Amino acid sequence: MPEKIEGKAVPLPLDNVDTDQIIPAQFLRLLNKEGLGRYLFYRWRYDEKERPKSDFVLNDPRFRDGTVLVSKKNFGIGSSRENAVWALTDYGIKAVLAESFGDIFYGNSIKNGLACIKLPESVLDDIIEKAKDGKLTVTVDLLNKKVVYAGKEVSFEIEEYARRRLMSGESEIDYTLSHYSKKIEEYERNMKSFIKTNLNEPLKKLIEG
Amino acid sequence: MPYSIVDKIWAAHEIAKEDEMSLLYIDRHLTHEVTSPVAFSDMRKKGYRVRRPDLSLAVMDHNVPTDSKVNPTIDELSKQQMDALWENSKTFSVPLLDFYSPYQGIIHVVGPELGFSLPGLTIAAGDSHTSTHGALGSVAFGIGTSEVEHVFVTQTLWIKKPKQFRIKINGKINKGVSAKDVALYVIGKIGTGGAIGHIIEYSGDAVSDMEVEGRMTLCNMSIEAGARTAIVAPDEKTFSYIKDAPLAPKGSEWEDAVKYWNSLKSDPNTKYDKELEIEAGSIKPMVTWGTNPSMVIPVDGEVPNPSEVKEESLRAEYERALKYMGLNPGQKITDVNVDYVFIGSCTNARLSDLIEAAKVVKNKKVSRGVKALAVPGSEWVKRTAERLGLHKIFMEAGFEWRHSGCSMCIAMNSDRLPPGKRSASTSNRNFENRQGPGGRTHLVSPAMAAAAAVYGHFVDVRDVETAEVV
Repeated sequence: MPEKIEGKAVPLPLDNVDTDQIIPAQFLRLLNKEGLGRYLFYRWRYDEKERPKSDFVLNDPRFRDGTVLVSKKNFGIGSSRENAVWALTDYGIKAVLAESFGDIFYGNSIKNGLACIKLPESVLDDIIEKAKDGKLTVTVDLLNKKVVYAGKEVSFEIEEYARRRLMSGESEIDYTLSHYSKKIEEYERNMKSFIKTNLNEPLKKLIEG
Repeated sequence: MPYSIVDKIWAAHEIAKEDEMSLLYIDRHLTHEVTSPVAFSDMRKKGYRVRRPDLSLAVMDHNVPTDSKVNPTIDELSKQQMDALWENSKTFSVPLLDFYSPYQGIIHVVGPELGFSLPGLTIAAGDSHTSTHGALGSVAFGIGTSEVEHVFVTQTLWIKKPKQFRIKINGKINKGVSAKDVALYVIGKIGTGGAIGHIIEYSGDAVSDMEVEGRMTLCNMSIEAGARTAIVAPDEKTFSYIKDAPLAPKGSEWEDAVKYWNSLKSDPNTKYDKELEIEAGSIKPMVTWGTNPSMVIPVDGEVPNPSEVKEESLRAEYERALKYMGLNPGQKITDVNVDYVFIGSCTNARLSDLIEAAKVVKNKKVSRGVKALAVPGSEWVKRTAERLGLHKIFMEAGFEWRHSGCSMCIAMNSDRLPPGKRSASTSNRNFENRQGPGGRTHLVSPAMAAAAAVYGHFVDVRDVETAEVV
């Protein structure tokens, strides 16, 4: 992952964009994560006959190459579906700017290199206003923790862990295994017996009736 | 220093800390067919194994047909996903309750009823409503698929300790008002983002008085207020709820466990990051009117008028919601007719929910033109309900009595709300298109849903005659 993300701003000035809207449940039945970009915001983007709705921002030719989505409060609330992040990244979105994010969505975004940046409402309104004609470029500078647009610089706060992950792109599982396997084993040895009781036998009985 | 129940459970599970993140050991991992396939394929590709299959449990719930076990209505994609879970469970030795299991059900119903979920544990599942298990006094996280894989491979999770938000519900809950109404009231008060970054600890007399299944409804819905999860300290009610569960500790292990669980209550004078006190007596039966659960009014209320809303973005959101819902400002909610009634989901499909609905339905008929579904949360709930004769009450009234599954809460199987149709639903999300493309959802309690089925429109269930059923 780069230290800087730069792209055209796509305004989506709505509060409470939930993950059901980002990708509807019917597309969760696919078995892999590739190619979900075509289902991004499916019900806002297409009508019942799958024709593009002209009033939705992603169907506006001026925003077709946009990669920085700018929204408002509580972006990504609701369902834990990581498919919402996969749909955004597969479509080409590299960063989402919003006032706040749903917790699970925010966690998922970090694992997939999607930068979710929290900014104050006034800054978002300014970016949304300036982005209206489809010509605004926004830079998210992860190294210096600032967003740059239209000659302005705005600092943002981000958890150090999230920032590090976004910049390194390293597999979290490999990291945990290589650094903490011993500690996990040690923890397991000292677990309370009622917690670590092997459930296989009673479960097997249930499963086999 | 006083510690909260969350502090205590957290400290007992934290293996390491890096920056603001804790590496937390996960005691129980539940998984279903929708959020697991990508995790399993990646594990296959990388040669990972499931570290603790004995602390994992897979259940089919989202896609499963609810109409029949013998001749089910199922499409190819749903079948593929269920087959994939079957295959993955075999490959990775994860115990599976499949479509045909007598213990199949929604993971958030199955976990507590089997005693897989217990107080004092850390629990994770690739499903946002995992907060439900917090009602037993566990710290339970809904997680994404990358995290599902991380838990499978390492039995741990990197997670930032949430801030703590205590919601104290004082006094007594009125007759005809349920945990669902309390949950909707709280969400209406603090908003969809009101608890983002926080774990809610519910306490107060109304919560102590609440049965464990009601606490599950409360914790379940907390995610709709943005909470990372929610918890209720375990007490005698909790212990008796799980004591005889097949996977609960037995004998001396049970005694040890209870001793430990009793030590988990939050200490007096614990400091919280946020606090809210609510008088239970002021809560009425609630009905949502909009497209997120915070858009909610009491049953004697009217649909709000956007022109009276000062904040511009909220006004626009209200206008958009009214248009989607096909409602007019100032309309009395009791004048709104319903086409479908759905009693089900991880929020409200446990035995006590079905009993509350059956009390309203008994000796009455579903209104003409209304399609009504009762979908038990698990096959076990279904069997128990049938032993009590509840299925007859529902069926004689004109309800369809189904097998368990997520069903019309998420519309991934064939149970869907058709475009433009309006439902009274005991589920958790009234988002646009949630119950089916173009469908209009009103969230209510089981008793309120049952009353709407009988009258064909919303009514105040406090005015409806009820019958004894058990």
